[in-house]
Amino acid sequence: MPEHILLRHRDIPDIHRLDVYLQHGGYEAFKKVVTTMTPQQVIDEVKASGLRGRGGAGFPTGLKWSFLTKDSFPRYVTVNSDESEPGTFKDREIMGKNPHQFLEGVMICAYAAQANVAYNYMRGEFWDIAVQLDQVLAELRERGFLGQNLFGTNYSLDIHNHLGAGAYICGEESALLESIEGKLGQPRLKPPFPADKGLYHKPTVVNNTETLTNVPMIIARGAAWYKTIGAEKSSGPKIFCLSGHVKHPGNYELPLGATFRHLIYELGGGPPSGLKVKAILTAGASSSVLTGGDDILDTLMDYESVAAKGGALGSASIIVLDESVDMAWLALKTSRFFKHESCGKCTPCREGTYWMLNLLERVNKGEVMRADIDLLNNVAAQIQGKCLCPLGDFAAAPVLTSLKQFRADFDAHAKDAKKPAPAAAKPAAPAARPAPKPKEPAPAGD
Amino acid sequence: MLDEKYRSEIETILAKYPPDQKRSAVMPLLYLAQKEYGYVTEAALTEVGALCAMSPTQVAGIVGFYSLYYDRPGGRRRVQICTDLPCALRGAEKFADDLCQKLGVKLGETTKDGEFTVEAVMCLAACDKAPMFQIQDRDGIHYHESESADKPMTVEQAMGILESYKSKE
Repeated sequence: MPEHILLRHRDIPDIHRLDVYLQHGGYEAFKKVVTTMTPQQVIDEVKASGLRGRGGAGFPTGLKWSFLTKDSFPRYVTVNSDESEPGTFKDREIMGKNPHQFLEGVMICAYAAQANVAYNYMRGEFWDIAVQLDQVLAELRERGFLGQNLFGTNYSLDIHNHLGAGAYICGEESALLESIEGKLGQPRLKPPFPADKGLYHKPTVVNNTETLTNVPMIIARGAAWYKTIGAEKSSGPKIFCLSGHVKHPGNYELPLGATFRHLIYELGGGPPSGLKVKAILTAGASSSVLTGGDDILDTLMDYESVAAKGGALGSASIIVLDESVDMAWLALKTSRFFKHESCGKCTPCREGTYWMLNLLERVNKGEVMRADIDLLNNVAAQIQGKCLCPLGDFAAAPVLTSLKQFRADFDAHAKDAKKPAPAAAKPAAPAARPAPKPKEPAPAGD
Repeated sequence: MLDEKYRSEIETILAKYPPDQKRSAVMPLLYLAQKEYGYVTEAALTEVGALCAMSPTQVAGIVGFYSLYYDRPGGRRRVQICTDLPCALRGAEKFADDLCQKLGVKLGETTKDGEFTVEAVMCLAACDKAPMFQIQDRDGIHYHESESADKPMTVEQAMGILESYKSKE
């Protein structure tokens, strides 16, 4: 197993302690950028590394930093540590176990953006981690890594944690900014983008926790080194969150471009039931469902390859479903989530998630006709592409793709379902009679 | 009154944000109100609003939008069990039902002694440690997870954890 780049606490005990982090070159990268590099040089280095946003969208990080409106100050950096996508649990491990590397990434980003204040927006449930991080920040202020005139330069920086209070939508960057401003977490109409008018309508960088945790290593070891890890257009390591029907769920740090099969079977041990993989969700609940076929299992886990199969790598939250799963139940679970989390701003999402859930509850109780399942498909399709933020599309994706690929699972609940022939239902039963063909006498002697 | 009792906490909260952006403090101030009163009372809406330049109605909007704020009293602690998709695939729905049965409540209800309100909640970012739950009380939110996939938390273990909270203040 090669060294961890992001989950370094797995290789270096006690790296959460400042003295240990410093012994391993901690804050050297931050000192280097502040004392020897211009902000533009930092942006260029991150651009050259090919680092892309790890929160889900995969947008090139250096490019994002370069979009900040020129000569407009103050500027802000906000970190998206809202981590609320079902199946995603990587940022929590980073902040809890390797906090200094994460914070050094925030600091380098802030210098590149020429921001003097950064906010780390954490979901409210991360309360205990926020308490720990507050202590770490206090120590950094005491030791002169945060504060005025850092390393004798005229650059100053402080970082604050801001706790959310239970709202998935605040993981959407403009809703996150609204939330820090003390408003309802509802997405803004774009443009203007945060790089122009973000927090308090000032130029703002919003980056995911894991994204920024890459940055100190890129500065310390160079973009060329970083490019050697991962795939051509998706460079670097990625934390894959593996959950659901596998023997060994957990976070796995792998180069982008490893296969699903490697992750699910070699590392995850496959389904504990011994059943085959029926389907996988690759980006948490907001995924297009991919089947568990060989062509999917052998797909490379990078942004381009997963997209080519009709899915999205997203935050790389791989939820494995074995053959025991009824996909009508899966659609019910994801729809219940999105109905709960819809912020209510856009009608197609607010009403559509309500009706999807309503229909799916009836499907799962067997209170529908097949025409209602067509209606479900219709409602989901009407949400797509009609909302300000991606939540509506996220809600529709698992429903539409489950229906497309596993329609029989839904139809089986319908009152007017075609009952499967007994022979097909129980292939192993030797005494089963073959289904009689209409208007034909059963074969004689049977 | 929050203003008198928590003066230094309030100063610390307000200092995080620009002086002309007091409204940003509403979320941490609401947590402070819940610490003091157990939930966000009518009076707290006014108090918090006065501290961060918002009307009580605006503050009530925030309370209604975010799921970790409460506008009515519940049990002394909230037991919030994740039954979302990844946890459900590892038996969390049955775990929640069994725990409710042990406590003699249905989901959403409060135990007779007023100690625990039991709720099913959406993903808590601990999918590899299912089944799991968090406890929210006046002092914050704390996770309780299975040790590993091989050693999922039993209902008996969960009951032991809840029992340990009873002895706390």
